[in-house]
Amino acid sequence: MGLPSRKATCNSHGQDSSYFLGWQEYEKNPYDEVKNPKGIIQMGLAENQLSFDLLESWLAKNPDSAGFKRDGKSIFRELALFQDYHGLPAFKKALVDFMAEIRGNKVTFDPNHIILTAGATSANETLIFCLAEQGDAFLLPTPYYPGFDRDLKWRTEVEIVPIQCTSSNRFQITESALEEAYQQAQKKNLRVKGVLVTNPSNPLGTTMTRDELDLLINFITDKEIHLISDEIYSGTVFSSPAFVSIMEVLKDRNHENTEVWDRVHIVYSLSKDLGLPGFRVGAIYSNDPIVVAAATKMSSFGLVSSQTQYLLSAMLSDKKFTKEYISKNHRRLQKRQSKLVLGLEKAGISCLKSNAGLFCWVDMRHLLSSNTFEAEMELWKKIVYNVKLNISPGSSCHCTEPGWFRVCFANMSENTLKLAMQRLKLFVSSITINSQSHQEFKNSRRKARTNWVFRLSFQSFHDREQEER
Amino acid sequence: MAFATKNRQLLSRIATNDRPGENSPYFEGWKAYDSNPFHPTQNPDGVIQMGLAENQLCFDLIKKWILKNPQASICTAEGVDKFKDISIFQDYHGQKEFREAVAKFMGRVGGNMVTFDPNRIVMSGGATGANETVMFCLADPGDAFLVPSPYYPAFLRDLRWRTGLEIVPVDCNSSNNFRITRAALEEAYERAQRLNINVKGVIIANPSNPLGTTLDRETMRSLVSFINEKNIHLVCDEIYAASVFSSPRFISVAEIIQDMDCNRDLIHIVYSLSKDMGFPGFRVGIVYSFNDLVVHCARKMSSFGLVSSQTQYLLASMLSDEEFVENFLKESSQRLAKRHRVFTHGLEQVGISCLKGNAGLFSWMDMRPLLKEQTVEGEMELWRVIVNEVKLNVSPGSSFQCSEPGWFRVCFANMDDEIVEIALDRIGKFVRQGKEEDVAPKKPKRWQKKLHYLFCCCR
Repeated sequence: MGLPSRKATCNSHGQDSSYFLGWQEYEKNPYDEVKNPKGIIQMGLAENQLSFDLLESWLAKNPDSAGFKRDGKSIFRELALFQDYHGLPAFKKALVDFMAEIRGNKVTFDPNHIILTAGATSANETLIFCLAEQGDAFLLPTPYYPGFDRDLKWRTEVEIVPIQCTSSNRFQITESALEEAYQQAQKKNLRVKGVLVTNPSNPLGTTMTRDELDLLINFITDKEIHLISDEIYSGTVFSSPAFVSIMEVLKDRNHENTEVWDRVHIVYSLSKDLGLPGFRVGAIYSNDPIVVAAATKMSSFGLVSSQTQYLLSAMLSDKKFTKEYISKNHRRLQKRQSKLVLGLEKAGISCLKSNAGLFCWVDMRHLLSSNTFEAEMELWKKIVYNVKLNISPGSSCHCTEPGWFRVCFANMSENTLKLAMQRLKLFVSSITINSQSHQEFKNSRRKARTNWVFRLSFQSFHDREQEER
Repeated sequence: MAFATKNRQLLSRIATNDRPGENSPYFEGWKAYDSNPFHPTQNPDGVIQMGLAENQLCFDLIKKWILKNPQASICTAEGVDKFKDISIFQDYHGQKEFREAVAKFMGRVGGNMVTFDPNRIVMSGGATGANETVMFCLADPGDAFLVPSPYYPAFLRDLRWRTGLEIVPVDCNSSNNFRITRAALEEAYERAQRLNINVKGVIIANPSNPLGTTLDRETMRSLVSFINEKNIHLVCDEIYAASVFSSPRFISVAEIIQDMDCNRDLIHIVYSLSKDMGFPGFRVGIVYSFNDLVVHCARKMSSFGLVSSQTQYLLASMLSDEEFVENFLKESSQRLAKRHRVFTHGLEQVGISCLKGNAGLFSWMDMRPLLKEQTVEGEMELWRVIVNEVKLNVSPGSSFQCSEPGWFRVCFANMDDEIVEIALDRIGKFVRQGKEEDVAPKKPKRWQKKLHYLFCCCR
């Protein structure tokens, strides 16, 4: 009786996964240029720290919004009291305009269809509460953001069934993978309520192609289910192809005000695009008035602080600022991503060609002692504890193939990134490359005892399928 | 359109059921206000909002502090150096300074009789988020919590909607000033047992909303001993703790358990700055549990409703300013006391009495003599007259699940002195008109209903 709930004692929050364990190790020994130069460099945190100067300079030019003032008059009282779950109208307008701008103004959003939530974390959970319940499932393409295991499943008691994507086609979603996932769910007696995709993808760092988006629309139409498009990284697309929102594709296919139109929902946030995760600004956008109504009420459990809404409504209404910010931010992200890719190349490591996000999907399959997840964990531990880089192993993202890692690049200075790459290069070159043939290696290799020594066949290293650079 | 129905079937039950309970008169009154809000110059005949428990009496003090402390904002020239660090801070443990400041504040509000541990302070999206989170941590779908009635209407949403829990009311009534008795607790518990409902705990609000009273030491001890015996949880929503304006002083459950033999794993507190400081817009909710597992679980769940780091930073600075806090709490208490005195005195003058209150932002008004009939329907009829004709949004007791018709919660801290006078004036006119019409010749049929109520109004 006096026990806590099952939710309190179970493991579905998923916070025992390696994704979070790596963070914990980092917390114990965090790198600092001056105070702890030998500490662990955090490369597991998808944060955008490249454009704060732009935000700070805007603040300096706009003292009113900084000081709870409007036209020189204090509005502190008004803000402190504002708890309407419909949100500050000026903020919602500014937010939907910003979202449209990110999408090249090819789509427009209605502020009355947007619901503000405490971060995308809350937005995703709230949407699932609205669309599904215990016994239901959502299909998610793998690899996916590890936090989904908590956000979508924990308190909602809804299941996730993976749509298996592989490197054979750059992890794109295929029709057969969708169908197979659907069948899998049925076998488990789960009722599929929808598909959830992250576009641009975390952890892949790629935007979905129009073909994939068409495929998804066909699929959800055929199965009469929902589609949630988590577009949290939509503002981080730094090179072609340009970002195509699901809304744009629906419009192009003349699906406005049809049945399927009401079943597509978008999740957004300012945590990645503006680099403000601390402010907890998330949003749900839906065309279904019942979902809007229910989600609005649910947002009571996690509203955005009015102080924050006010500041950001002023900031995002400044169109000169948003235009400049979006374009400079893209350039900086592209530059930084190139530095990471180059640094990895120098270490003999390739990654999936990406055009978005705050991370790269890195191919370290050739560094595995065997093509297994155990070997992946072995490698990951070496990288965390010995190389002192916290990166995220693909298994924590439910990737079907061992050897892939997500490595973040936008949450540190250029110098720190340089240092991280140096450490990695050192690590890889310290691996003794055995020039014997692969077969000989298989017969004669002995298990690695020390942390730093692998034995790999030169042949097998080159036989590995090389991803595009 | 046809597909709207089809699509509705594709939504969850939670999305389409009535559990958020926004069709109750508590919310209807708000709608009446929203469509015709009072304004002293622009709409002097509009509805005066007396259904909103907000503390608007001390903003001048806060404004003064903010002007004196520009560094507390990360957006001013003085504070912008902190902008980057604060805006990326999303650690669900919360800022250390914020937790320390809140813990100290809670201790001060509890009369410095208890020290709160900053490591047990867990954030949530307002007390709304805090109460829901605590339920998720303590109970499973189908379980129930006992809640003494009358209780805050939104508990129906916060405790039950997404959690799948049930509420079993503990009946309290005017015969003993709505005190929670052991007998009532036992009765509710047994009632639940008979219905095969698994009771996981009791949740109370102390000070009480809507009663406006603090729970006395004896009642608190009785509650703790009850839950301890049954090995169920006790959740104390102390959101109005610093809104106590006259004796007896506020006693936190944290103080009670200091000299009681009880299983501390069963004790949990919910707090918020929405009422005491008047910051509902800032969404500062706190879960404080003596149970380590609950602290860990609630902390993970706080990801769904963290307090904006910008807000944490501002409030950490404000609440660490001991001189400010001392002065604020003293002033706030005095202003609330004065407002309460003016309001209840004004009501007494026209023959309306209230439950003797010492806390909160409202009074529990006894309008039973004005009811046409002592039923919920009678109460609703009177309520409609008060909202639509007297033009005051007050909250009928039935929306608080009060078992006795005729009680109304009326808020007094969310307006200026002038508006209080106007509201009292309107009530006075309404009551006097009733007395006059009592002895006047027979009125045309359309006034008959009104006359009927007013007939009962004499004191």
